[in-house]
Amino acid sequence: MSDLPFLLLMIAVPAVGAAVVAGLPKGRDLLAKQISLGVSLVVLLLAVLATVAFDVGGDRFQLATSVTWIADFGVSFALGVDGIALVMLLLVGVLVPVVIGASWDDTPPQDRSMKAYFAWLLLLEAMMVGVFAATDVFLFYVFFEAMLVPMYFIIGSFGGPRRQYAAVKFFLYSLVGGLIMLAAVIGLYVVSNSQLGEGTFAFDALRQLEITPGVQKLLFLGFFVAFAIMAPLVPFHTWLPDSGSEAPIGGAVLLVGILDKVGTFGFLRYCLPLFPDASRYFAPYVLVLAVAGILYAALLAMGQSDMKRLVSYTSISHFGFIALGIFAFTTEAGTGAVLYMVNHGIATGLLFLVVGMLIARGGSRSIGDYGGVAAKAPLLAGFFLLAGLASLALPGTNSFVSEFLVLIGSFPSRPVFTIIATVGIILAALYILLMYQRTMHGPPRGGLMSEPREPVTGGHGATAVATAPSRTLRVTDLSRRELAVVTPLAALIIVLGVYPQPLLDLIEPSVQATMSDVGATGGTDR
Amino acid sequence: MIEAPDLSLAALAPLLFVFGAACIGVLVEAFGPREYRHPVQVAVALLGTVGAFVSTLRLAGTREITAGGALAVDGAALFLQATIAGLGALSLLLFAERSLDPARSAFVTSAAVPVGSPRDRELATSEQVQTEVYPLASFAIGGMMLFVASNDLLIMFVALEVLSLPLYLISGMARRRRLLSQEAAVKYFLLGAFASAFFLYGLALVYGATGSVRLRDIRAAAVADGTDVLLVLGLALLVVGLLFKASVAPFHSWTPDVYQGAPTPVTAFMAACTKVAAFGAILRLLYVAFGTSEWTWRPLIYGIAIVSMVVGAVLGLTQTDLKRMLAYSSIAHAGFLLTGVIGLQADGGGSGLAATMFYLLAYGLTTIGAFAVLTLVRDGDGEAGHLSQWAGLASRSPLTAAVMALFLLALAGIPLTAGFTGKFAVFRAAIESGAWPLAVVALLASAVAAFFYLRVIVLMYFSQPAADGPTVGVPGLPTVIVLAITATTTLALGIVPGAVLDLADRAAIFVG
Repeated sequence: MSDLPFLLLMIAVPAVGAAVVAGLPKGRDLLAKQISLGVSLVVLLLAVLATVAFDVGGDRFQLATSVTWIADFGVSFALGVDGIALVMLLLVGVLVPVVIGASWDDTPPQDRSMKAYFAWLLLLEAMMVGVFAATDVFLFYVFFEAMLVPMYFIIGSFGGPRRQYAAVKFFLYSLVGGLIMLAAVIGLYVVSNSQLGEGTFAFDALRQLEITPGVQKLLFLGFFVAFAIMAPLVPFHTWLPDSGSEAPIGGAVLLVGILDKVGTFGFLRYCLPLFPDASRYFAPYVLVLAVAGILYAALLAMGQSDMKRLVSYTSISHFGFIALGIFAFTTEAGTGAVLYMVNHGIATGLLFLVVGMLIARGGSRSIGDYGGVAAKAPLLAGFFLLAGLASLALPGTNSFVSEFLVLIGSFPSRPVFTIIATVGIILAALYILLMYQRTMHGPPRGGLMSEPREPVTGGHGATAVATAPSRTLRVTDLSRRELAVVTPLAALIIVLGVYPQPLLDLIEPSVQATMSDVGATGGTDR
Repeated sequence: MIEAPDLSLAALAPLLFVFGAACIGVLVEAFGPREYRHPVQVAVALLGTVGAFVSTLRLAGTREITAGGALAVDGAALFLQATIAGLGALSLLLFAERSLDPARSAFVTSAAVPVGSPRDRELATSEQVQTEVYPLASFAIGGMMLFVASNDLLIMFVALEVLSLPLYLISGMARRRRLLSQEAAVKYFLLGAFASAFFLYGLALVYGATGSVRLRDIRAAAVADGTDVLLVLGLALLVVGLLFKASVAPFHSWTPDVYQGAPTPVTAFMAACTKVAAFGAILRLLYVAFGTSEWTWRPLIYGIAIVSMVVGAVLGLTQTDLKRMLAYSSIAHAGFLLTGVIGLQADGGGSGLAATMFYLLAYGLTTIGAFAVLTLVRDGDGEAGHLSQWAGLASRSPLTAAVMALFLLALAGIPLTAGFTGKFAVFRAAIESGAWPLAVVALLASAVAAFFYLRVIVLMYFSQPAADGPTVGVPGLPTVIVLAITATTTLALGIVPGAVLDLADRAAIFVG
C-alpha cells in the first residue's frame, strides 16, 4: 500500500476526472457534481494515505517518483514531498471537496453550465497538487503557470460583474511574475550547466550549487517577484482584492486558501534553500514589505464596504505574517509560518464560504445592506463569528497557535519588526468584529429585513453573483448541505486550535532543514 | 569546354518533387479540362509537398554540398525543408477548402477582371473556381525550400525571387474585399522589390569585398579581414533584405496590411512558411558566412530583436482586427526568433540553431491553426475578422472557441503548449550565450503580447454574444484535417516535445 505512487495519482485522478466531467453531455449537471465530489474525496483519501506513509524522521523528500520528461532540457517529471508540501496537499485535499459542496446549488451566470465549472475546479486541483509536489524546478514552473488557466476561466466565466477585468488582471499579474521567474529558472539551469557539466532542474542538485553572490541576488529576485505577486506581498497585491471579490465563492476560497500559498511555499522551498546568501541579504527588505503589508492591508480592510474585498484584504495582512515568519530565519517562526499557511486556508476559507452564503441570501456584497441577521439565522451568524475569531487568531482557534509561533519565533531575531507586526492583531480584531457586528447585530437596515414578499423557492447557492440588492433580504438559516460544508472546517479550526501537535511534527523537521540551508539553526541566532 | 556542375539528384529530391509538381500544375492549367482541374491541381500540389516531405525524411543524416557548391544539403536544410513542405501541405489544404464560402472558394474567379465591373458582379456569385493558385503556391514552396538550402548568395537571391513573386500574386486574389486584397498585393510587391534591391546591393558589395558569392569563401575572407567596410556594409544590406521577408520590425510595415488583405489561407501560408524560409536563410547566412565574425552582426540583431518584440507586442495591443492582430503577433514572434539566433556562442556551439528551428516549427503549426480558425467564423460579407464580432463565440460554438483558445495560449507561450517549449528553447539559447538582458526583455514582451491573446479569449468566453453575430461555418474535410493536425501537434509539442527537440538538436548542422 505504501508504495503506491500517491503523488502521481493525486495529479492524475483529478485531471482525468476533469476530462470526464467536461465530456459529459449537456444537462447532466447532477452527475457532473457527483463525479467531481467523488473524485475530490478520492484525492483527500490519497492525501491522508500519503501522510500515513510519510515517515516524519525519514528523508527530506519522500514518496518520490521521477521519470525523464524532456531529455534535451534535462527535465524530469519528478515528484516528492517534504513535510511542508505534505500539509499543503492535505489542505488541497480538504478544501476542494468543501468548495464543491459549497458550489452544489450554484446557478451559473447566463447560459453557462456548472459542468464546466466543476471540470475547471478538478483541473485546478490537479495543477495545485502538482505545484506542491514537484521537485524539479522546470516542472514546478509548468504547474505554476498552468494552474493560472483554470483559475482564469473560473473567475472569468463564473465571477461577478467585473469578472472580465478581474480575470485578466489576475492572469497578467501572475503571468508577468511567472515569466520573470522563468528567466531565473533558465539562469539556474545555465549555472548548473557550467558547474555540474550538465544542465539540470532537479531541486536536490540545484541546492548543491555554489552560486556567486551577484548572480544569486539576480536569481533570487527573479523567483521572489513571482512569489511576491502570488502571495501577495504589499506592493504587488492589487490584483487580489479584485480577483477575490469577483471570483465565485468557490474560486475565491481556492484562490486565497491555496493558490496564494504557492507564493509563500515558494519562498520556503526555492528562495531560501537555493539562494541562502541572497536570502539573508534581502531579508530586511522583505521584512519591511511583510510588516508594511500587515498594517497597510489591515487598515484597508477596515475601510472596505464590500465583504469579499474585506476578506481579501485580511488575507493580504495575514500573508504579511507568513512572510515575517519565513524571513525571520528561525525554525520556530518558520514552523509557525507553515502552520499559518494551513490555518489561514481553513479559517479564511470558512470566512469566505459563510460570507458567500450571506451574499447568496442578500444578493449584495455590501456590509451596509445587512444588519440583524443573527436574529433570523443564528447558525449562519455562529459560523460567521467562529470564522472571524479564527481569522483574528483568538486563543483556542487554530490561527492563534500559528500566529503566536510566528511572533514568538521572530522576536529573538527581529524584535522591532515583530513588535510592529503585533499591532496587526489589534487591527484584525477591529476589522473582523466591526464586520460581524454591522451585519449580524443591530437593527435591520434600509427595510432589507422585511419578510420576503414571496415564499423563497429554489436553492440558495453560494455563488456570489452580485446583482442589484433585492429589497427583501431572504434570510433563512443554513440548509443541511451548507451545514455539511462548513462543519468540517469549523471542526478543524477547533481541533487544530487545541491539538496542533501532529501537524507541527510533520512540518518542523522540514522547516529545520530549510533553515539550516539558509544558515540559521537555533531559535535565538541573529 | 564548359563542364556541367555535379548534381546529386537524390539529395535534390525534395526540391524536384515540389518544382515538378509546380510544372505539372502549369500544364494541367493549360491543357486540363475545366471540370477536373480543381481536384487534379489539389492532388498534384499535395503530392509534390508530401513527396518532398517524405524525401527529406529519407535523406535525414545527409551532409553534402552539391550543384557545383551552390546548394547545401545538411541537417538544418533538411529540417527546414521538411518544415516548409509540411506546413505548405497544410496551407494547400486550406486553399482547397470549398465548403465555407458560399461561392465555393476563397479565391477570386478571375483576378484580372476590374473590381466593380459588370463582369465582376457576374462572377461574384459564380461557383467557378480558379486553380492557378496551386502551381503558384507550389513554386513559392519550392523557392522557400531552395532558399534554406542555398549555399551561395546568387542562388539565395534567385530563390528569394522564386518564392516572392507567386506570393505577390496570390495575396491579391481574395474573392471578397477585393480592393483591400489588391492593395495588399501592390504594397507587398513594391516593398518586396525594395527589399530585393537591398539584398542584391548587399550581394554586390560582398562580392566586391570578397570576390566570391559562395558562403564558404565569404567566411574565409571574413576571417582574413573581418573589418572590411564593404563586407560589413554588404552584410548589413543582405540582412535587411532577409529581415524584410521575415517581417521583423523595423522592416515590418507591410505585414499588417498584407496579412489583412490577402485571402486568409494565403495569410496562413505566408505567416508560417515564409517565416521559416526567411529565418532559415538568415541563420545560414549569419552562421555559415559570418559565424566567425559574429561581433559584426550580433549587436545589430540584438537591437533589432528588441525593436521587433516591442513593436509587435505594443502595437498588437491596439488592433481590433484579428488578422492584423496576428500580423503584429507574427512581428513579435520574429523578435523572439531572433533571440534564438543570438544564441550562437563564440566557439560556434550553443543551442541557438536547434532552438530557432524548433521554434519555427512550433510557431508555424500554431499560426496555421489560428488562421484556419479565422476562416470558419463568417458573416454575410466573408470572414468576420473584427474582434467585437467574436464576442460570446464560446457559447455559440464551444469547440471552435476551445481550439482557438488553445492556439492563442500557445502563441502566448503558456506551458504545456508548443509555444512554451519553443520560447523556453530560444530563451535558454540566448541566456546560455550571455544575452540574459535580451531574454528578460523578451519575457516582458511576451507578457505584453499575452494581453492581446487573452483579450480574444475574454471576448470568446466571458462576453455576451452579439445579437447579429457571425456564424461559424461547418468546415469541409481539408480544414478539419488542418485543424486536427495543428491542434494535436500544438499540444504534443508542449507535453512530449522530447523527440522533436532531439531531432532538431541532431539536425542543427550546417555544412559550408
